Amino acid sequence: MRVALFLTCVNDTLYPDTGRAVVRLLTRLGVDVDFPMAQTCCGQAHYNTGYRHEAEPLARHFAEVFRDYEAIVTPSGSCGAMVRELYPRMGERARAEGRGDTLAATLAPVVPKTYELTEFLVDVLGVTDVGAYYPHKVTYHPTCHGLRGLGLGERPLRLLRAVQGLELAELPGAEECCGFGGTFALKNSDVSAAMGADKVRNAESTGAGVLCAADNSCLMHIGGTMTRLRTGMRPVHIAEILASTEEEPAV
Amino acid sequence: MSGTFVGMPAFPEAARDAVRDTTLRGNLRHATHTIRAKRAKAVAEVTDWAELREAGKRIKDHTLRHLDRYLEQLEESVTAAGGTVHWAADAGEANRIVARLVKETGESEVVKVKSMATQEIGLNEALEAEGIRAYETDLAELIVQLGEDRPSHILVPAIHRNRGEIREIFAREMGEWGRPAPEGLTDTPAELAEAARLHLREKFLRAKVGISGANFMVADTGTLVVVESEGNGRMCLTLPETLISVVGIEKIVPTWRDLEVFLQTLPRSSTAERMNPYTSTWTGTTQEDGPRTFHLVLLDNGRTDTLADEVGRQALRCIRCSACLNVCPVYERAGGHAYGSVYPGPIGAILSPQLRGTGSAVDASLPYASSLCGACYEVCPVAIDIPEVLVHLRERVVEGGPVTRAGNKVVLQPAKGHAAERAAMRAARWAFTRPGALRAGQRLASRTRRLHPRTLPGPGRAWSGTRDLPPVPAEPFRDWWKRTQGGKGGAA
Repeated sequence: MRVALFLTCVNDTLYPDTGRAVVRLLTRLGVDVDFPMAQTCCGQAHYNTGYRHEAEPLARHFAEVFRDYEAIVTPSGSCGAMVRELYPRMGERARAEGRGDTLAATLAPVVPKTYELTEFLVDVLGVTDVGAYYPHKVTYHPTCHGLRGLGLGERPLRLLRAVQGLELAELPGAEECCGFGGTFALKNSDVSAAMGADKVRNAESTGAGVLCAADNSCLMHIGGTMTRLRTGMRPVHIAEILASTEEEPAV
Repeated sequence: MSGTFVGMPAFPEAARDAVRDTTLRGNLRHATHTIRAKRAKAVAEVTDWAELREAGKRIKDHTLRHLDRYLEQLEESVTAAGGTVHWAADAGEANRIVARLVKETGESEVVKVKSMATQEIGLNEALEAEGIRAYETDLAELIVQLGEDRPSHILVPAIHRNRGEIREIFAREMGEWGRPAPEGLTDTPAELAEAARLHLREKFLRAKVGISGANFMVADTGTLVVVESEGNGRMCLTLPETLISVVGIEKIVPTWRDLEVFLQTLPRSSTAERMNPYTSTWTGTTQEDGPRTFHLVLLDNGRTDTLADEVGRQALRCIRCSACLNVCPVYERAGGHAYGSVYPGPIGAILSPQLRGTGSAVDASLPYASSLCGACYEVCPVAIDIPEVLVHLRERVVEGGPVTRAGNKVVLQPAKGHAAERAAMRAARWAFTRPGALRAGQRLASRTRRLHPRTLPGPGRAWSGTRDLPPVPAEPFRDWWKRTQGGKGGAA
């Protein structure tokens, strides 16, 4: 199977460790993973801030770069939801604006074969025990676009429960948004910060040292709040936990 | 909408004060979390909830698609049953019609059933200007009215008040409006309810004119429906000689049978009850029973303009249950007043900028008053995709484009104040369609990473005022991949 890693612009630039973890994990599971160098950004920030027309060239670029792969795997619930939920909608809107079917037809091929990492592991590879070892107490925050957009459900928790040495602590108010929301974090920074502080307090109450999620954008906000509030907790992407083994532990 | 909201600042400024008000945050957190949990339980009991939700959505969409036909059918049915139908294009016209109808009765006071439509048009203030006093009889609306306050929730407009504050408002204000609160009133729920009961009772018995809205209007029978918990609404609907109902044109359902769906989904979504305690229905007038005269004022006030927008029109499905407010993390922290409208919360953030347009500071800021977490869409009993409409309205703000205002097609200019953001989005689009440019930018960031400040100046403070920035790594992923071929060659 020709599998492409769509890392996302945020991870590529700020979180290369997450990318390395995905490569390590998928390689260990026998997947031949490629990183198409022409990839950039899915256009989510543009689209969600109201710049749909600026997002269209990015979506077209995405579709061209990833068109020939059999599966596209991304370690981001929100970027995965952008492709799966919003690319079809962009095509529909272009049609409604009298611009024909070209955009819809260009984007359609990549939509069904784009998977968020935990979906790819559980649904496509059919594994829940990925052979990981991570001797820490961890609490899991289901990010909104993964939870309500993609419907990841129990998949991340099933993967985490199978990790050796990992003690999973239930997060109170887990399904409440952390307050990131892309440009929302800047445009409504007071409300965003209040939501972030509440999320961090709930995480602290579990006694876990690590808060894990499947999206580094949310973790950037939660982690930035954690260090500012001097909690001693740290944010870790689920890929880094699943990639960790006894021989090669995560840092 | 209500004049009391005119001149509101943009949402972020209004929300800032609410976020820092610890009493308000506590009141809202307690109230919304309680009702949120109860609603989840009440909905989980219904095995065919998903089907009911889909049915509600379809009934509403069908009705909205053929609204012209159903409105005419409703007018015929109501007229045949002895009522009189009036058409109001906007708030001003609706207020003038109601004031004239009240004056024609010779009365100078009215009792009111809780109604969002009359709040929307600022009816109480308009009647006051004509020398007519309107008494709110819903307990929470009474608290808001006595406190010279503004509503902050659709279902529970005094949700921002706690018992102690309500006791103080009753003790101080009831005497100014009628029967004073009993001596030594405490803040126990039973005593507060009894004080309100005694205060309102004399108004019910005296009133000759009642004013209501309606939750539903049945086109084929001409029946109006009000659902409520207190019974005060039924007093207003049955005791006066004249009843005037002001109802938004989107409240129609085609047949009596369609109520089957909404009378299940509305109470469970709003008050988390299996069935609301009082469901009042009336069809025109009936000899020797209830009001002798019935007027129905059908209100547009931006609704047909909203209907013209193919993405935004789904907001007109709303049955005003408030479930989206109760689950919204932004509403919980910002409070209802920050939305600058009688419609707060997620539904308000898509209704107000459509009904009123995006011209004012607060209306242009409302589409951004959401992290797009999707909790509102998940609980909506008529499946309004609120995040979709929010993003659509953001586009309207930053790009402008064709809209319908007061029945006319107009082309909006892009809103001012987004120039820097627009330039940044264009620059990012330029870089992201050229992988080489992205790579150059990433390398520059990595090479200068030790020079990056821990906190940002200017607009960047919106981030770094409360959150640390992530450190920039020594090399972006793509350079590692190129150097090592994904860890296969060279040093990982």
